Amino acid sequence: MKRIGVFICHCGINIAGTVDVKRVAEALKDYPGVVLATDYMYMCSDPGQSLIRQSIKEQNLEGVVVAACSPAMHEVTFRKASAQAGLNPYQTEIANIREQVSWVHQDDKEAATRKAIEHIKTIVEKVKYNESLIPLSLSLVKKALVIGGGIAGLQAAIDIATAGYPVVLVERSDRLGGHVGKLSGVYVNFNAARDLLESKLQAVQENPRIKVFLETEVEELGGYVGNFTAKLKHRGDNGGEPTFSEHTFGAVIVATGHSLRPLSKFGEYGGGRYPNVIDALTFERMLAPDGPTGGEIRRPSDGQVPRQVVFVQCAGSRDPEHHMPYCSKICCMYTAKQAALYRQRVPDGQAYVFYIDIRSQGRDYEEFVQSAMTEHDVLYVRGKVARLYEEDGKVIAWGADTLTGKPVEVQADLAVLATAVMPAEGAVELAQRLRIATDEHGFFSEAHPKLRPVESLTAGIFLAGTAQAPKDIPETVAQASAAAAKVLSLFSQRELVAEPTIAYVDEELCSGCGLCIPACPYQARAMHPWKHKAIVNEALCQGCGACVVACPNKACKLRNLTPSHVLAMMDAYLAEV
Amino acid sequence: MKYSYYPGCTLHSTAIEYGWSTEAVCEALGIDLVEIEDWNCCGASSAHSLDPHLALALPTRDLMRAQAVGADIVMPCAACYGRMAAADHKMRSDSAWRKEMEAEFQTEYIGAARPRTLVDVLGNDLSPEALAAKVKRPLNGLRTVSYYGCLLIRPPDLTNRWDDPEHPVVMDRILKALGAEPVQWAHAVECCGASLALDRADVVTVLSGRIVQGANDAEADCIVCACPLCQANLDSRQKGISPKVPVLYITELMGIALDLPGRSKWFAKHLVDPRPMLRRKGLE
Amino acid sequence: MTTGATASLSSAVRTSAASTAGNAQRVDPSFLPTVEALSHENIRRCYYCLKCTAGCPTAYAMDYGPAHVLKLVQLGQKDKVLQSKAIWMCVGCETCWTRCPNGIAAGHVMDALKQMALREGYAPAERRVLVLHRQFLTSIRLFGRVHELSMLALYKLLSGDLFTDLDLGARMFLRGKIPILPERIKGMSKIQQLFAKRPRGQE
Repeated sequence: MKRIGVFICHCGINIAGTVDVKRVAEALKDYPGVVLATDYMYMCSDPGQSLIRQSIKEQNLEGVVVAACSPAMHEVTFRKASAQAGLNPYQTEIANIREQVSWVHQDDKEAATRKAIEHIKTIVEKVKYNESLIPLSLSLVKKALVIGGGIAGLQAAIDIATAGYPVVLVERSDRLGGHVGKLSGVYVNFNAARDLLESKLQAVQENPRIKVFLETEVEELGGYVGNFTAKLKHRGDNGGEPTFSEHTFGAVIVATGHSLRPLSKFGEYGGGRYPNVIDALTFERMLAPDGPTGGEIRRPSDGQVPRQVVFVQCAGSRDPEHHMPYCSKICCMYTAKQAALYRQRVPDGQAYVFYIDIRSQGRDYEEFVQSAMTEHDVLYVRGKVARLYEEDGKVIAWGADTLTGKPVEVQADLAVLATAVMPAEGAVELAQRLRIATDEHGFFSEAHPKLRPVESLTAGIFLAGTAQAPKDIPETVAQASAAAAKVLSLFSQRELVAEPTIAYVDEELCSGCGLCIPACPYQARAMHPWKHKAIVNEALCQGCGACVVACPNKACKLRNLTPSHVLAMMDAYLAEV
Repeated sequence: MKYSYYPGCTLHSTAIEYGWSTEAVCEALGIDLVEIEDWNCCGASSAHSLDPHLALALPTRDLMRAQAVGADIVMPCAACYGRMAAADHKMRSDSAWRKEMEAEFQTEYIGAARPRTLVDVLGNDLSPEALAAKVKRPLNGLRTVSYYGCLLIRPPDLTNRWDDPEHPVVMDRILKALGAEPVQWAHAVECCGASLALDRADVVTVLSGRIVQGANDAEADCIVCACPLCQANLDSRQKGISPKVPVLYITELMGIALDLPGRSKWFAKHLVDPRPMLRRKGLE
Repeated sequence: MTTGATASLSSAVRTSAASTAGNAQRVDPSFLPTVEALSHENIRRCYYCLKCTAGCPTAYAMDYGPAHVLKLVQLGQKDKVLQSKAIWMCVGCETCWTRCPNGIAAGHVMDALKQMALREGYAPAERRVLVLHRQFLTSIRLFGRVHELSMLALYKLLSGDLFTDLDLGARMFLRGKIPILPERIKGMSKIQQLFAKRPRGQE
């Protein structure tokens, strides 16, 4: 019989405060197959790990059960420790007696202790049946696909290509640059957006490793990390039929940017009916030297220079009842910039900014907003505008003054709405094609909000820029470089290593019925072309077990979780203590 | 088309011309109004200000009685509509309350009939083409501004957005079918001061005055409304405004366009007499 | 927001109130939950953007705009709110509810505050508004429908506001818009039962 060691962790008082660990060790000592059962204060600490390593050597252990916290925390830690002592890591398993025992049964120590004993015995049974496995090796195509040619996509492409790897950059529209290409100047220093962008565009054009496809979208994405296959759809000339091309990539960066809440959604502000109620991007074009007015501020209705301009912040942001519940993050800053630029260009004009709160977190951001008020004499009024309407060629704004709580009315010539940042058009459909997740609004979801902010939940697909959430240029550029760094660390490996605890097919038993193919949520199943047996794509399989349930012949099995494992575990759990 | 009909108190008194013109127009258009038998006052602002129970129980009695007709309940007054919609919403959304009311009135609430306001029925249940086909005297050259005020189209949680709460269009659609020229203006959904008409006349004078002035600025021949309280406030608070602007119910203009008899009796009820303006336009 | 957060907000206000002893308003921590229960509105959601005040037709004639009233309720300033003109000047036009980014019907809060003020014996800051509402309800209690002539006469007598709009009333009367006799409905017993069932303090 396999020689198994059981190591019971106190986790300080996290486990030992509820579970009588000494009694557990005592109860396991004489269990069939167990040659050692011992406890320790913190098994994950250096001395704890060396206790395991030493015991493996001294007792010639062939299997290890660590009774501790969730395998999500330390399975890797303990498997590594076992491997260092010469034991195959897949002979080491975790019995979770913290999250599943001590934390949820704090009010009944006796029951918790009994449950811990049953739990560990179950895992001991599993280890008895475990095979020694070796991780899978997968090939890796060292070429990246970047979707979206805005500042995020440009930066990511430059970083990957500079490191020596080829990049394909696809852009849906007929030009690169995205929203940054439409801006006049940027906060905090009024630098021309065009200049910032030009340096990036030049770097892309000059780098032979970057291939740009304009007017191109991703039609299909198949495969897996290291081996994606993409079908690209190129718009036909002069409205002709589109053409398609197929490529292979090792990694994908999604940098599809954002759109803005349309004016038609704001009934109380005229719903797009008034020519002199515009969104901030339209005003930005007015400020830009390459814009329709050549950089002159002229209102749309009659081309006059507006003498009174009202800026309305939070138009559609922070409005869970009618629009978007979140803060669009960039509006406070660009509104300060636009109002200051307006005052620079029209020195005798008056700018009003209606706001709810000013959010200016960033180096020099708060100082910049203050300078808009003090140096550029922009008048800030705290309160949301309730209504905008046109009368006698004026845009009348009804706001309120925070100090008195009384309504105020401004007779303006132009109103500029800081409309909410929304996901790009078609983002949800793209997410479905890429098999990555979006949040309830349609922004792409990161794998972890704190610790994995640039990765999607699908291995090999990374996120950059406003496609993930509202953010400004420096944040977008930083995230793009971070996503590129993730791609580069992937490409720095010689080959990809994957967990071997996945499904396999017992060809003796498989009848080729094919039921497992639609049951697999990861498209990891196919039929062998001539053997007529189901096969597993080991790179795609996540070991979820859906095929095991679907298979009528028990031909599908998971490695180290076969029916023999499960039945032995159930016997142990249901036995009398 | 059959509806159960709730005129409300004002259509028998201060807005009697709205009552007469509503009944005449509906008859001419084949809209069968079956008055709710022995209806009571909805309670208006006073009930919901002072007494949440009465505010819902009073209109609920009317909703219960309307079930005998078995058709949507139409009411010309915006304030009545607001209260009926609130009571109906409460009956649909609060089962404990519904059971209490069902016991109170010894009647089961089926909820098949919905409270609706008259312009909703006139503008949405009747196509503009069908209406235009019945026009005998098109209102050519008549510049109108449509005035909705508050409770006809607000709040959207109760009206279910039968028209846009910020930019309603139903009255303009009707007026165009009648041949008039509806003009865009800024005051269509501003409140006239409503229930403060008597106790804070100063406030109503400011609010209603601004609306009437807006109609003058838009060079409108008249204001068109669909609520007795709006009409009374706008019609009566024109001191110091020149020229004075007639405030007509939409049903009165429909009466002209359909060439219905007995119209002069309606117009005689107005404080700002619309007849000189109608004469000028050849529409008397 | 949890009750815990409100409690800590209230205690913070109490501390500052203590430091300005004499001028400070008494803070009533139970005020917010009570008003929320009576109005069925989630007042905690208000982040004081003032969109309601900016669009309110009668805010200009109020001592506090609707947003200000909501804030005072959040801060437990019971006396200030129940003595305010604002709660009596609200006409219930529902503009605030239509536009509020947080779905608060400020008018419903105003109604709950009026009822609370009456129940707890606060003198209404706009007495005539209360008198008119009461005469309106009296008319319904007597006839089942509103009879303008008797209602107006009683209102004039009780409010002491004898002369405002007398000319207007006369013009309406002459045009036959104010009937002399009331319409009395048949089902008066049910109407009177409904009135009799009113909770104490609202009579």
